[in-house]
Amino acid sequence: MRRIGGFWRRFAISPAAAAGLVIFAALLAATVLAGLISPAPPGAIDLDAALERPSLSHPFGTDPFGRDVLSRIVHGARISLGVGFLARTISLLIGLFLGSLAGYFGGRLDSVLMRLADITFAYPTLLLLIAIIAVVSPGMISLFVTLGVVGWASVARLVRAEVLSVKEREFVQAARASGANHAVILLRHILPQCLASVLVVYTLGLGMTIMAEASLSFLGLGVQPPAPSWGGMISGGIAFMRTAPWLTFFPGLFLTLTVCSLNLIGDGLRDALNPRLASALAKPPGVSGGRPGAAIEGSR
Amino acid sequence: MRTFIVKRLAMLVPILLGVATLTFILMYVVPGDPVRALAGERYDEETLARMRTELGLDRPLAVQYVAFLGRLARFDLGRSFVTRRPVAEAIRERFPRTLVLALSAMVLAIVGGIAIGTIAAWGRRPVVSRILMTFSLVGVSMPVFWLGLLLIYLFAIKLRVLPPSGYGGGSIRNLILPAVTLSFASMATIARVTRSGVLDALGEDYVRTARAKGLGERIVLGKHVLRNALIPVITIAGADFGSYLSGSVLTESIFGWPGLGRFVVQAILRRDFPVIQGAVLFMALLFILVNLAVDLSYGAIDPRIRPEGGKR
Repeated sequence: MRRIGGFWRRFAISPAAAAGLVIFAALLAATVLAGLISPAPPGAIDLDAALERPSLSHPFGTDPFGRDVLSRIVHGARISLGVGFLARTISLLIGLFLGSLAGYFGGRLDSVLMRLADITFAYPTLLLLIAIIAVVSPGMISLFVTLGVVGWASVARLVRAEVLSVKEREFVQAARASGANHAVILLRHILPQCLASVLVVYTLGLGMTIMAEASLSFLGLGVQPPAPSWGGMISGGIAFMRTAPWLTFFPGLFLTLTVCSLNLIGDGLRDALNPRLASALAKPPGVSGGRPGAAIEGSR
Repeated sequence: MRTFIVKRLAMLVPILLGVATLTFILMYVVPGDPVRALAGERYDEETLARMRTELGLDRPLAVQYVAFLGRLARFDLGRSFVTRRPVAEAIRERFPRTLVLALSAMVLAIVGGIAIGTIAAWGRRPVVSRILMTFSLVGVSMPVFWLGLLLIYLFAIKLRVLPPSGYGGGSIRNLILPAVTLSFASMATIARVTRSGVLDALGEDYVRTARAKGLGERIVLGKHVLRNALIPVITIAGADFGSYLSGSVLTESIFGWPGLGRFVVQAILRRDFPVIQGAVLFMALLFILVNLAVDLSYGAIDPRIRPEGGKR
């Protein structure tokens, strides 16, 4: 209990992390209460009110179909955050499973899995995503499955390193000596020790995953219209940059705020849980320095 | 050092093979009839049959795989479905333009990032430092395509000082906005790393010694602090090369820059698979080679982390 209290104090002391948490909580609340906040249903077309400037009835203006931009942003948040959480959870499960197997059993399994991770890292992330989605045809399901699968490697590497550092400690040897089987040792004794760093890599990767989703939707490979997505809204606004800049401005602002708050939370978690972690999270061996999102590289 | 280089080169082989295999799987082993998936609905039976023979899809998968590797070794990436032009030729034509953009962005990011990070750590005024660090935090969180559009709006539409898009025969005026856009995230990262490096170095004994023996602040900064603080910056700048390649896909399509990234986007819109796969494969290879170069240079710059057998 004292440990948790100490953690919370260290996290709350950092004003940046607290600010991130407040911003993200506000965004989450807006997502949950989307129906209450938005002035109109996100798909409601009103051609008489097309391309209106921001006003009291439409705080962020309207698009060429007269749809309310604020409503589409709030409903788009559901998709962005939903895809982000789902994809990141898939990465987490795959990474936890393969990473702990590699770290615990070592040997040939370990080297095969780590070479696979090297291959995943050999691609700039966005390009690998593009190459896969171009083949499997775009859509919501292929989007979060692809994002999830591609993100496994950073989680697996981290979990493997953590398992390696824990597995020879006394309490693990004690469990082994008392006759516990591999599954019990891994699940009950080793993995709980890795949770802190997994939480950090999950949060930092979440921002980058949301960014990758927006980039793909911007390119037309992600969420398909008419479903509202931030990336899609920005690309739809390009043609109206001269006359209706609010179409591109507001969705991008929300995207930036979301990613920014997640980076702040992730940095805060990392510093509060374990300052030593900072170097363990950086991608290539030997590189250190507080770099948000370094674990899921290059998706901007 | 030589054994290290040989070892790193040997590690390259399985990774290159893996990347090629993954590309092969994406290209040829997709579920369903790949030719129909590749061609879409616009093609008749005759075209489908021709494509099948052209791609060798009537042969066993293992034979196809070996043939694919053979063609790859000769840098034969197939022909575009749309223009019928060899993909490798198109890459050769477009890559230099992407390189110019990426290198300009890299120089901007390194110079700007080091300057911002040093001022933030060294400066006497906490307000300035806080503003600069907030700027770099927002910088890493900003989507590159949105930033590009904001810059177009400000400098091309409102102020009308720079062209909104286009190549302009490679003129500097056309290069400025895309290069700034592409450099931004990396500049912000480098600023953060520089700042923490400078702050760390300022607490070291050798800085106290340098000051104690009466060296001017400027010499302390240049000769003692920065030289140590910048080692990680070099690695970060190199590792960010992947983000320049990813970023070029988005940046080039916004600014109408006729490089490799825009080539990929156009291919996506036309569902031109040989072009997508060829260009992605090419960029992955480039990324691998740059990472290798970064690893090697890191060992050369800082003898402390040179791996075992580290004699020259």
